Amino acid sequence: MSLHEQASTTLLKIARFTSKGSVIAVILMLVAIVVVNTTSLSEGWMSLFLDTSVLNFALRAAVPLALGAMCGILCERSGIINIGIEGMILAGAFGAFVVKISTASLPLWMSLILATVAGLASGALLGLLHALLCIRFKVNQIISGTAIVTLATGLTTFLFNPSWSSSGKFSQFAIPLLSKIPALGEVIFTNGPITFITLALVIFLQVMLFRSKWGLRTRAIGEHPRAADTVGINVNKRRYINTTLGGAVAGLAGAFLVLEAVGQFTEGMSSGRGYIALAVMIFGNWSPIGAFGAALLFGYMQGLLNSLLLAGVTTFPRQFLSMLPYVVTIAVLAGFVGKTRAPAAEGEVYETE
Amino acid sequence: MSETSQVTQRHSSFWAFISKPLVVPALALFSAFLVGAILMLLSGDNPLQAYWGLLRGAFGDLGAVSRTLRRATPFILTGLAVAIGFKAGLFNIGASGQYLMGTICSVWVGLNFEGLPAFLHVFLALLAGMLGGAVWAAIAGFLRAWRGASEVITTIMLNYVASLFAGWTVYAGSTTGQQLSGPLSSPSAAALGISQSEEIFASARLPELLPNLLDRVHWGLIIALGMALLVWWIMKKTNLGFEIRTVGASPDAARYAGIHSARTIVLVMAMSGALAGLAGAVETLGLNFKYSPEFTGGVGFEGITIALLGGNSPFGIILSALLMGGLDAGAAKMQFDSGVASELIQVVQSLVLVFVAAPEIIRTIYRLHKPSVEEQLAETGRGGREA
Amino acid sequence: MTEVVLEARGITKRFPGVLANDNVSLSLHKGEILALLGENGAGKSTLMNVVYGLYHPDEGEVYVRGEAIQLNSPRDAIDAGIGMVHQHFQLVQPMTVCENIILGAEIVGRNGLIDIDKARRRVIDLSERYGLEVDPDAIIEELPVGVQQRVEILKALYRNAEILILDEPTAVLTPQEINDLFRVMNGLTERGHSIIFISHKLKEVLEISHRIVVMRSGHKVGETVPAEATEESLAEMMVGREVILQVPKGKAEPGKVVLSVESLSARDDAHSLAVQDVSLQVRAGEILGVAGVQGNGQTEFVEVLTGLRKVESGSFSLNGKDVTHASVRHLVEGGLAHIPENRHRYGMIDSFPLSENLVLNTYQHEPFSRHGIRDYEAIAENANQLVQEFDVRTPGISTLAGTLSGGNQQKLVVARELGREIHLLIAAQPTRGVDVGSIEFIHSQIVAQRDRGVAVLLVSAELDEIMSLSDRIAVMYEGRIIDTLDATRATREQIGLLMAGVKNGATR
Repeated sequence: MSLHEQASTTLLKIARFTSKGSVIAVILMLVAIVVVNTTSLSEGWMSLFLDTSVLNFALRAAVPLALGAMCGILCERSGIINIGIEGMILAGAFGAFVVKISTASLPLWMSLILATVAGLASGALLGLLHALLCIRFKVNQIISGTAIVTLATGLTTFLFNPSWSSSGKFSQFAIPLLSKIPALGEVIFTNGPITFITLALVIFLQVMLFRSKWGLRTRAIGEHPRAADTVGINVNKRRYINTTLGGAVAGLAGAFLVLEAVGQFTEGMSSGRGYIALAVMIFGNWSPIGAFGAALLFGYMQGLLNSLLLAGVTTFPRQFLSMLPYVVTIAVLAGFVGKTRAPAAEGEVYETE
Repeated sequence: MSETSQVTQRHSSFWAFISKPLVVPALALFSAFLVGAILMLLSGDNPLQAYWGLLRGAFGDLGAVSRTLRRATPFILTGLAVAIGFKAGLFNIGASGQYLMGTICSVWVGLNFEGLPAFLHVFLALLAGMLGGAVWAAIAGFLRAWRGASEVITTIMLNYVASLFAGWTVYAGSTTGQQLSGPLSSPSAAALGISQSEEIFASARLPELLPNLLDRVHWGLIIALGMALLVWWIMKKTNLGFEIRTVGASPDAARYAGIHSARTIVLVMAMSGALAGLAGAVETLGLNFKYSPEFTGGVGFEGITIALLGGNSPFGIILSALLMGGLDAGAAKMQFDSGVASELIQVVQSLVLVFVAAPEIIRTIYRLHKPSVEEQLAETGRGGREA
Repeated sequence: MTEVVLEARGITKRFPGVLANDNVSLSLHKGEILALLGENGAGKSTLMNVVYGLYHPDEGEVYVRGEAIQLNSPRDAIDAGIGMVHQHFQLVQPMTVCENIILGAEIVGRNGLIDIDKARRRVIDLSERYGLEVDPDAIIEELPVGVQQRVEILKALYRNAEILILDEPTAVLTPQEINDLFRVMNGLTERGHSIIFISHKLKEVLEISHRIVVMRSGHKVGETVPAEATEESLAEMMVGREVILQVPKGKAEPGKVVLSVESLSARDDAHSLAVQDVSLQVRAGEILGVAGVQGNGQTEFVEVLTGLRKVESGSFSLNGKDVTHASVRHLVEGGLAHIPENRHRYGMIDSFPLSENLVLNTYQHEPFSRHGIRDYEAIAENANQLVQEFDVRTPGISTLAGTLSGGNQQKLVVARELGREIHLLIAAQPTRGVDVGSIEFIHSQIVAQRDRGVAVLLVSAELDEIMSLSDRIAVMYEGRIIDTLDATRATREQIGLLMAGVKNGATR
């Protein structure tokens, strides 16, 4: 079995996990790329599609998107729309960074762990604020989400001191045995801890959401809160919990950016990932595995694009290829491609009589 | 409900009538500044000194006033754009994308048609800007009206598409690969690896308003004020305005009234986008004269705060745009005078959004009375009671 | 007699402006099917929501097996062994049958996840024991209504409910499904469960119940057993013998046909045929009353005639012109006035002032606007005139409509619809939630329209209203007009029976 075949079966598996819409999208995107490669068909450019560096890039890019989407899923499955993910990621990044530099005297591993916890906590705090605004103060959920983003952007920029710098970040490690698998070992089983946590979290959440008591109740209150109420489930309490947890997961995405990807905080470093995460969530039809597949797909697109441009095989404007995820998300949302379904009760205030 | 309780709900005093709608926004502003002050105290700064610097930087002299007016110009337009959407129950998060499309379209007109009479050239460029924004927003309107796609998400996605599109038009060309430079990219800048457009022809530029008095305050301000008046007139005086308000207040009642909701939704989105596009156009034609990717559509997001603070009324929006413009304009002076980072202003602005969006918070903090049915209706725009 | 498992003593429940339950007492014995009979709005559902912990009574107490219990939420009722199948099912559509049944009462296995196999076994076990056939893995939204109802019953049984409250369970079922349900109900009582069966269908009540309690306007008005009751006697108890609100009106002088409906069919939101093959004519100067228990297709019928709902098949015409597919606006221009059943949803906008509500569907006409520009003076003048003419009690014409009382809101709608030149008036539940004074006023206005030569189609679930206003009465049952009677010769009992779907050779 060649390396290519292995990788392509992996891709197929991923594609199967994502919704029908995304599968169609994969085909669309690949076709688009092939179509534009009309100018210089130097031999070997095909190999870029499955290049390990492209796949590595895909996974790295996918982690924060997937975490952001998990945040969205946690909130929206319980009926709270969250367009403030961007702000929660940013807050998580900043919180992680501040604790990282203020614990610089501690051993690196300890400092990194504390910083990760701080990232989780900062995100959770904003999640709680979102829940408070939406539930207790009945603010429109879209407005609240927008306010969360502006608040996080403003606060982190204000509090950030550009002279602060941090050294050291999570290093990659290889999982024994598994990392020896050709290609896969390098791409999946040799990574930083937050990447591994993300992979585990995706599976964990997928199982929890569809198999646990918590998941069942979460899905019920997002679809039909009244039905849940009539069997004695406290709708708003659960919404508080889920939105706060969601914030924490988005905070982890921020921690990933600072502690595992970049090593530093920069102003506005979430750079729109929170919004792409929304697209990823919709694309994955509000399921963790689906969203992860979509995140990988988006990351893969980007990685492939970079490589193709670098190899000079395409003259097609990169901006148009970068648009594809957004365009396809719009198409999915409008029901032109595939079928998605948002939780029925999202955006509504629930009040008992 | 008893017959007598309705009578007591009426406000007899003139002052009560005037001040009531202002109480919550005023307290929201106050609270935002208060939290800002606490932040400064915590970081060891003097809030009074900072706010005094802010005030002087915003309104202290003609230079300051000019800065404020320059900032307020696009704010008025994006505030109106968001507000008109709200009126129809639509959430246009895409003002920034529409702003960019408006910018690109006006730049394109400004870079072409050399030799046109100035008046015509400016007019065409403005029109192109409005059209660009309108078409961009109408896509989201169409998808909402006919396909049921949430305009919130589609406008967010369209923002990214617009930003990538705008970036492409002035792209300097890749250094490593073979991607060509964008159609509006300036060759001289591209040679230096800088992505931006050429400056537009002088005939397409908006003249300054009072060049001897104010610094670079252009006719865009008058256009923005004119638009505020126009929006007020449409909403208040025309059947279209009535239809928009009806669709926004109750889609079912609109159907009962024989109003074509889908058409109204697309039209409102187009109007909203035209206003946001116009904001991009006047900034380009009056101030920047070119497009460079550093001009993001951030003013589109500010539009949400401005619309809410202004209570979605055109005159309220003018006031809140001036206020937000003043905050931006005074930030540098504040930092210079007091050493407080100018970014504090962003925090204050976001707090304003939080507080105006949640009148319940304000009422809880200041222990205001519970709103009457009438005020609740005015706040939510919908019936507070179920049948 | 067997042990009393549930007892409600002296329950009083007030809603703003309505006394929904007035000192109602009720007891349920073990193994008994108790029918709670009454017209819509008689207070049956309110009483049961009190028993299920959804409403807190203003007075009175609930006893379960002799012990007073505090019902703060459905949870307390569930714990006390009470289960309720709501008229509108409380099922989560995209989830499976099994998931819906266990929701809130999940069995968690040793791995911390739901032990779905155990749950499924229990569901299958229950469904076999009680003859409630369901596929535990089916998705709710793909199931027919009858099966969804079984899921609701299983939901209660899964929680070990001894006492089952079924709120209008037959309203949504086909005759075959009703037979199945009755079989299940008998099976349940044989196993010691007790059932409260809420209904307004006399035949069913007589067929299935052991005891019958009749409610009217928030009161318990009678109690009997099927052996001693007939459909006629129950109808009499249910609709009462109160003095009919007398509306002074002369003899109708019907003119030409204004509204003509030809074998019209339409579907409801759930895509089932709600209106089936309805044909009728309304002439100028007459009031045709459409009687019927609510939910028998009247709502959809009115929506079709007013342009708010698509026609499935058939046609209708207004003044001889086919308007089957006409838009709302087209119909209004053609002389249609519509007093909608749900005024908050359709008829008015709470956050708009009176004056704007009074031109809601005529704003585009002169003098209210010219070339698309509104004339506020004309709008105000119109408002002032209508407020006076139709006696709308309001502080002023710029008052927001949502702040008016129910009666005045309805008069506002009536004023707008009747304040212009019309040929056809379709009035749906025109006096629902309205005080007595306003009712009288609205009734007299409707009669005045008739006398002016307007064709009136009056749809109401209030038998009194139908009886006192109509010149002819059509009774709608399960989407069909099952009979049309001359109002002067029709009796309440006759109509009551028709409303319940009983047709025994009544003459036209």
